[in-house]
Amino acid sequence: MSKHQGYVHSIETFGSVDGPGVRYVIFLQGCAMRCQFCHNPDTWNLISQKVVNAEDLLKQALRYRSYWSHEGGITISGGEPLLQMDFLLEFCTLAKKEGIHVTVDTGGQPFTKKDSFLSKFKQLLAVVDLFLLDIKHIDDAAHQKLTGCTNQNILEMAKFLSENNQPVWIRHVLVPSINSNDAWLLQLNAFLSTLENVEKVEILPYHTLGVYKWMNLGIPYQLNGIDPPDKQMLDHANQLLNTSSYPKKR
Amino acid sequence: MSNQCHAWDGFKGRIWKDEVNVRDFIQNNYEPYEGDESFLVGPTKSTDQLWGELQKLQKEERAKGGVLDMETEIVSSLTSYPAGYINASMKDLEQVVGLQTDKPLKRAFMPYGGIKMSEEACTTYGYTPSEKLHEIFHEYHKTHNDAVYDCYTPEMRMARKNKIVTGLPDTYGRGRIVGDYRRVALYGIDYLIEQKEKDKANCGCGVMMDDIIRQREELAEQIKALKGMKEMAAIYGFDISQPATNAKEAVQWLYFGYLAAIKTQNGAAMSVGRVSTFIDIYIERDLKNGVLNETQAQELIDHMTMKFRMVKFARIPSYNQLFSGDPVWATLDLAGLGMDGRHMVTKSDYRFLHTLENMGPAPEPNLTVLYSSHLPENFKRYSAKISIDTSSVQYENDDVMRPVWGDDYAVCCCVSATQTGKEMQFFGARANLAKCLLYAINGGVDEKTKLQVGPEYAPITSEYLDYDEVMHKYDIMMEWLADLYVNILNLIQYMHDKYYYEASQMALIDTDVRRTFATGIAGFSHVIDSLSAIKYAKVKTVRNEDGLVIDYEVEGDFPRYGNDDDRADDIAVWLLKTFMEKIEKRHTYRHAEPTTSILTITSNVVYGKATGAMPDGRKAGEPLSPGANPAYGAEQNGLLASLNSVAKLPYEYALDGISNTQTINPGALGHSEEERISNLVHVLDGYFDQGAHHLNVNVFGIEKLKDAMEHPEKEEYANFTIRVSGYAVKFIDLTHEQQLDVISRTCHAQL
Repeated sequence: MSKHQGYVHSIETFGSVDGPGVRYVIFLQGCAMRCQFCHNPDTWNLISQKVVNAEDLLKQALRYRSYWSHEGGITISGGEPLLQMDFLLEFCTLAKKEGIHVTVDTGGQPFTKKDSFLSKFKQLLAVVDLFLLDIKHIDDAAHQKLTGCTNQNILEMAKFLSENNQPVWIRHVLVPSINSNDAWLLQLNAFLSTLENVEKVEILPYHTLGVYKWMNLGIPYQLNGIDPPDKQMLDHANQLLNTSSYPKKR
Repeated sequence: MSNQCHAWDGFKGRIWKDEVNVRDFIQNNYEPYEGDESFLVGPTKSTDQLWGELQKLQKEERAKGGVLDMETEIVSSLTSYPAGYINASMKDLEQVVGLQTDKPLKRAFMPYGGIKMSEEACTTYGYTPSEKLHEIFHEYHKTHNDAVYDCYTPEMRMARKNKIVTGLPDTYGRGRIVGDYRRVALYGIDYLIEQKEKDKANCGCGVMMDDIIRQREELAEQIKALKGMKEMAAIYGFDISQPATNAKEAVQWLYFGYLAAIKTQNGAAMSVGRVSTFIDIYIERDLKNGVLNETQAQELIDHMTMKFRMVKFARIPSYNQLFSGDPVWATLDLAGLGMDGRHMVTKSDYRFLHTLENMGPAPEPNLTVLYSSHLPENFKRYSAKISIDTSSVQYENDDVMRPVWGDDYAVCCCVSATQTGKEMQFFGARANLAKCLLYAINGGVDEKTKLQVGPEYAPITSEYLDYDEVMHKYDIMMEWLADLYVNILNLIQYMHDKYYYEASQMALIDTDVRRTFATGIAGFSHVIDSLSAIKYAKVKTVRNEDGLVIDYEVEGDFPRYGNDDDRADDIAVWLLKTFMEKIEKRHTYRHAEPTTSILTITSNVVYGKATGAMPDGRKAGEPLSPGANPAYGAEQNGLLASLNSVAKLPYEYALDGISNTQTINPGALGHSEEERISNLVHVLDGYFDQGAHHLNVNVFGIEKLKDAMEHPEKEEYANFTIRVSGYAVKFIDLTHEQQLDVISRTCHAQL
């Protein structure tokens, strides 16, 4: 019997960029960050219409097992999945029992070392194969401006995952003029080089495909006038973050 | 057979030497190839030159409105033309020779299917058909189309005119017959004539019943055709009376067999068949003997493929609307597994895919990979790479087809299989089951023309539709449609045999042939969603002043086909089984075995135009979704949910095939080429391992389509090929309406 209800925003049965291989991606509802470049502002609210229990959701996901082969599996994304920790933990535990590769795609914002969170988070590590951790901005002040939240606990989480030897892909949405200058990228690179567990660093180009959602929700979009980065800018950022050097041989 | 000793040197096996049995030859002699594509070589200078020449001609053809040149004076036959070449001054470069007419891309005059259509095709493109031929085929010789119309009942004409059945092969050749063209290479024509003479001698005991008389006449036609093939080859300076002695001859002999078919028939689908493994045996032997190298081997395949890219028929506008983009379905099958469990991938399967790299993407030949997750990983990956780069390949599930058709079947159009050399098919277009549902609601009155087309059953009079009532009425209306449809086809096939018999193809098929009777379904997804709406939501009827239902209002939500939701998908399975049961119990011409397909080709646009609003919310006149594809916009949970829905349809009930076309945005397939390749392989494995039948794979973004529609003149779009329901076309050759239809279909992308 499932104990916890989960609030689900939507399902993508064919995810191919959120973790290795072909993935069933569950977008959970709710996020406390207010990233200016967010392409899914409709996931911010904590409550959604679609309420599921972990067992049923897993049953649905398993209908796609034939596509996963050895690489693929399930990715729980959001919103911010760590905000629904009890549900997340129950779901990942069940999935792990089925021998499925489980990935959690997080911005890290709910992370804290307070026992109420950390005890569950430690349990979560045992049933998750891979974390995708988004670092929006390396500079705390700029991070606060961009997302409305501090990045200190997020960087702490990155260190914690490293200390616990938990495989991680770092992701960084490159927004021209906001987080794209060399100094910041070099600072981010310096931070990443202190971590022991990074298997991949991915630069995701900022895009405007989600802007219509802001319009629909009646929220003013603040990055108007900023274009997606061009190839040259992306190549440069990839160089500064040494993305081709991962996974580092240990 | 004096030459055989030499021609068959080094070939193993016994049975195939004593009787015509190409499968036995292949199984005894092919070499499965496990390696990757690194052995492949680029085009030779000759290939580049010839392909360059051909591209020039294709450009000219487009500039002239789609037709480069047309015959108006000569009736096409095996020997009606002197030799023709891509460019006479470069004819020595052509490793494989033979054109349908005397000039490249010139369309032949083929009146036997219907003189009216042949003449209309000429006048459409500004040519004046010969008065002499007009007189002959109006005064002295009847054609297929005239014969069918002589015998249609008023009810049949009415059904056809109102487009509840349409696309029928009563105005064009039925096609879909694949001669075993390999026989020409392996045995030579003389031996094949000998065998047919023997069959004729043993045909009947002297008592002249209908079937015996017909068989004797058909055999006489076949023998005449075989002799004609020899003469045709002689025009090009070849003697094909004896078996081919090397790879070059094998390719040439085989092509002559195919050329005979396309000189005498303008069937909708003129497929090449399963030839790659066969040809590979000859290439391997020559490579081992040191008389051929890889460059020459690839050149042979490239040049043969170039010929398949040149097949043309004179068509009329109404045909082009049904089958848009000038397709001929020169379907050519690759890979698959043998009954003994060995895979049948050879180096030549790679070579055929490689033609799409050597000469760029192209819609023909319609390259079809007979897929199984058990194929070698290397081959699956190479094929996926070619799909991603060219969107020119289709996949059909060998694991569901092999148990039914064995390991030497060929796809004879888009998705239908026939055993090579053992079977032929009576192609029968499709019935519009969406319209049939509307007839059930309106008591047989057509919602567009307001005519009483179906039987005058009691219509539904309530404001809201009741599921049980609709289902009952739908069942009896479908019964009527199935009956009428099968009988229309019986008539058409009878006349086709009588007036437009496929002697050249049938000469390369066993005399004791198995026949299938192919029916088809259009409007599949809209019936499912409509019934689901009636069952799970509330559907209100909107009536005109005469009480005829002309529109529907849906209140509430309902499950749609394409989301892996059993509530809707169970209706899909029910619909297929029910229709097939109604077809199956009827008498079929020549006791052919009934099958059905869920395939519309591009006729979904024409059918849609003639179909009123549906209870699922589809507006009147909008295109139906093609084949077994879910309705536009119905898919809410991504590609795999959609694939899972289609995968539930049982192939055993739709042995003529279940077509599914999906377009994937490259970005949604993975970030790097490596990711895209392995993810596409995972998708194919996962889909086909569930028993799904077919998948057309397109990989491009919607922006590219829009740009190509607006700027067809751009060089990059000259050969931009996309897969549509069951075949491939150059996007810029589609009608504007069909381009819009392709664009509006779900493109699987993700944020």
